[in-house]
Amino acid sequence: MASGLTPIGLRWIDYTIIGVYFAFVLGIGWQLRRAMKTSTDFFLSGRSLPAWITGLAFLSANLGAQEVIGMGASGAKYGISTSHFYWIGAVPAMLFVGLFMMPFYYGSRARSVPEYLRLRFDEKTRALNAVSFAIMTVFSSGVSMYAMGALMHLLLGWSFNVSVIVSAVIVLTYILLGGLTSAIYNEVLQFFLIVFGFAPLVIVGLNEVGGWDGLMAKLTTLAVSQGHPAGAYTHAWRGMDAPAHNLIGVEWFGLVMGLGFVLSFGYWCTDFLVVQRAMAADSMDSARRTPLIAALPKMVFPFLVILPGMIALVIGGKGIIPAKIGANGGPLMDAAGRVVLDYDLATPSMLMHLFPNGMLGLGLAALLASFMSGMAGNITAFNTVWTYDLYQTYIRKDADDQHYLWIGRMATVVGIALAIAAAYVAASFNNIMELLQLVFAFVNAPLFATFFLGMFWRRTTGHGAFVGLLSGTLAAAVHHGLTLPYGAVPGVKGGYFGVLDTFPSEMGQTFWTAIYAWTTCFVVTIVVSLLTRPRPDAELVGLVYALTPRPVSSVRAFWERPAFLGVVTLVLLLILNLIFR
Amino acid sequence: MSATGDLDVRVPIGLLFTLLGVLLTVYGFLEPAATTAAFTKGGQINMWWGVVMLVFGIFMLLIARPRASRSVT
Repeated sequence: MASGLTPIGLRWIDYTIIGVYFAFVLGIGWQLRRAMKTSTDFFLSGRSLPAWITGLAFLSANLGAQEVIGMGASGAKYGISTSHFYWIGAVPAMLFVGLFMMPFYYGSRARSVPEYLRLRFDEKTRALNAVSFAIMTVFSSGVSMYAMGALMHLLLGWSFNVSVIVSAVIVLTYILLGGLTSAIYNEVLQFFLIVFGFAPLVIVGLNEVGGWDGLMAKLTTLAVSQGHPAGAYTHAWRGMDAPAHNLIGVEWFGLVMGLGFVLSFGYWCTDFLVVQRAMAADSMDSARRTPLIAALPKMVFPFLVILPGMIALVIGGKGIIPAKIGANGGPLMDAAGRVVLDYDLATPSMLMHLFPNGMLGLGLAALLASFMSGMAGNITAFNTVWTYDLYQTYIRKDADDQHYLWIGRMATVVGIALAIAAAYVAASFNNIMELLQLVFAFVNAPLFATFFLGMFWRRTTGHGAFVGLLSGTLAAAVHHGLTLPYGAVPGVKGGYFGVLDTFPSEMGQTFWTAIYAWTTCFVVTIVVSLLTRPRPDAELVGLVYALTPRPVSSVRAFWERPAFLGVVTLVLLLILNLIFR
Repeated sequence: MSATGDLDVRVPIGLLFTLLGVLLTVYGFLEPAATTAAFTKGGQINMWWGVVMLVFGIFMLLIARPRASRSVT
């Protein structure tokens, strides 16, 4: 283990636990094999699932590699500030999509997010979204697979090829058998597995570093010794006045607008991967509650996934995060002569060092679960968009339902094959999260402007939406191409059109790229809409806020109402931010 | 209910956690000094976490819809 990780070997108990988990994953697919009778069963679970199931799946579908590994990595890099990715970067958007957007997604009976764009705007806007989304899901799925294969090879010496193929075949099998229901059920299972696999890691880890106070004290000492402000690792808001005062390297405006508004709303409110879970709900109330139910655990997830990274940084005095390996085979050094840590190994190192055999199997099963359900989430979204938005629209329009069910199964096979190909092409960033955020910035960042205008301004036209989206994506590419993070060379990190501006960090650059993309899309969509002919109001009923009757909650108990859940979540969010400011 | 094939997700979750809980508890009991790398002092974590998982598994099985009412709906 050249990286300095000295893992304990797996024993029969660990293999048994992982094996039992695999058996259950496949067993769920097997149990559901006869339930997939129509394409709606396969792609939307027949719109029959209760809110707590779709809610946990909504949360879990996003809980892939980038979450568990990337958030631990960011925890070690940025400390408590990483919770911004949850508290600012997810929860408000989840509330918004549940309370204000779900009435249109679910109420319009669209079968996918691109299909909503077709209903609201026109064919070309749908095509643009469907194609870019399909590519992105395959890519994300591939990144997930790559990360897993590489990690299992490093930690356990398993063959990269075998890890990738075995996980791909398992995911393929359970989706083929049980469609979206199978994916969602496994996401719920995975949610609990992650909680039960990572909670003890945090408990044991905190215990080792002298509890919460011990961790804070050690991180404060570390921050000072590295020349950072004392609260750099232990306060979420304190250094947010200027990029130089915090580890993320971004100021509060870039953080709140870039991450909290543009990127977060662009992902949670428009990404079919998560919206699909809500569309599978059994009623409008359940669909609206889906993201709200997900938001509650989402708020406390930082404690499960970020804390292991923070603990890994200081445990045992010097931490247990191995150094990156440089070109000469020794540890990689930065310009200042400090060792560069391989942050992506923060959480895995914790598992390997803190868990005895037995618990280790459980932790690895939880990790594998997150990889596989991340993959499955992408594949189920891909097969739906491919079948409904591309195949049924452009290749064969009027076939019977059984044909589309069959095409959906084929798309699952092809999607996974493409993802495997993507896995072999993946990753050049030191932090998976940042790579994914960059892709979001180009494609997803302008999206929320389109949906927002589409849902809340009836004057928005198809031409406006289409041109706006293209301009937004272009603006993202141009901004990224003209800027560079501090210390980087022109290339994949930006600056390929020349360097006009330098950002203190890659994160800051990404956030601002998103802000430019969104603003461009917003303005261009409005201008072009005003210049083109609007659709008559009669065609927009159910698709636009002003022309749609308010959804009346049929739930009697006040605490089950979407609005009440939203307010409670918001109050808790505020309290958390105050505590960890 | 056709798209769920009458499968209540709480049943597989309950069964999985019950089984894993038993496995961990028994293993922790048989090998109290299970090898740990650098840090963990107490190897007993297998046992007490196994019990926690077992309790959760049984809880999920208890709140799962009973079969009879499922076939009615």
